[in-house]
Amino acid sequence: MSLFGFSLKPRRAKTAQTAKDRLQLLLAHERAGGSGAADFLPQLQNDILEVIRKYVTVADEDVEIRLQRDNAVSSLEINIEMPADSGKKPRS
Amino acid sequence: MTTQMKEKPPLGQIIVITSGKGGVGKTTSAAAISAGLAKLGHKTVVIDFDVGLRNLDMIMGCERRVVYDFINVIQGDARLKQALIKDKRLDTLFILPTSQTRDKDALTKDGVEAVLNELKEEFDYIICDSPAGIERGAQLAMYFADEAVVVTNPEVSSVRDSDRVLGLLASKTKRAESPEGEPVKARVLLTRHDQTRIDKGEMMTVDDVLEILAVPLIGIIPESQAVLRASNVGTPVILDEPSTASMAYEDTVARLTGEEVEMRIGEERRPGLFQRLFGRTS
Repeated sequence: MSLFGFSLKPRRAKTAQTAKDRLQLLLAHERAGGSGAADFLPQLQNDILEVIRKYVTVADEDVEIRLQRDNAVSSLEINIEMPADSGKKPRS
Repeated sequence: MTTQMKEKPPLGQIIVITSGKGGVGKTTSAAAISAGLAKLGHKTVVIDFDVGLRNLDMIMGCERRVVYDFINVIQGDARLKQALIKDKRLDTLFILPTSQTRDKDALTKDGVEAVLNELKEEFDYIICDSPAGIERGAQLAMYFADEAVVVTNPEVSSVRDSDRVLGLLASKTKRAESPEGEPVKARVLLTRHDQTRIDKGEMMTVDDVLEILAVPLIGIIPESQAVLRASNVGTPVILDEPSTASMAYEDTVARLTGEEVEMRIGEERRPGLFQRLFGRTS
């Protein structure tokens, strides 16, 4: 936008293009993943916890799951904090 | 014009006006499109599916004539003929209002189907005005549709919701569930189009939106002061002539009936230099 309400800049200065780019990125993911990845993350966390608990005792909050969505790839980051004292009982 | 239709069996085409997002112009469009179809001589009924938030009656200007509603008919408390309100301006246009006091659980799939089947015996076009959202009311409004008009604003949340609704049309409708037969024919109606803002790069273009949604366009409705003016007095905006919005809806209606009309972008008077310098209100 300029001082006088009209602009000498080329068409589509900024925001419309940004809107389009954001939508294209988002919808590519939403369409592929059906209702979106957020739906299965809690279940995934539970399942992972269950498997790990076969071997070590970990608390619920010691597992952290993060999803990062980018243009070409999505990454799923799972951090499990292993207790130093593996005999410790989980809190729940 | 209207008497010719009598000999032919009714077309019985069900068209849902839907969007996902609220406030994008579903009811305005449902009112305008149904009035436009009726004006061409097609026997048309427009049904309000927004149970509990009745508004089609106000936009159509018949809010004081509502006695029985859609829910009464579904539950067998009234006959369909009693609930249908005949429009005072067009004798081929009827309105089926919804209930203001019940909630959306009052709608049942069987009940909706029975009413639609009865309407198909008599009407050429049955326009279903969907509520916002993607819950029961919206799902039932689209379930039996042959065609869909997905009302979209050139704005990120509206486009995203439209995409979601297009997904539902392709999976959660009777046509989608039946193995053979055509899917629901879905087309986008772009409303609140503002060429001035597009020229400034502040609004996505028609092509941008179509590229994202990947469905055909049924019409472009410019941002227009006529829309509020018409709703103030309870007239479908297509009857508020001449305005850029009414012309755009007329083109849209013609395309719905299968006519090929060139896409044009009618805008409110383009602001002159004076207006551009000192602000504008279009």
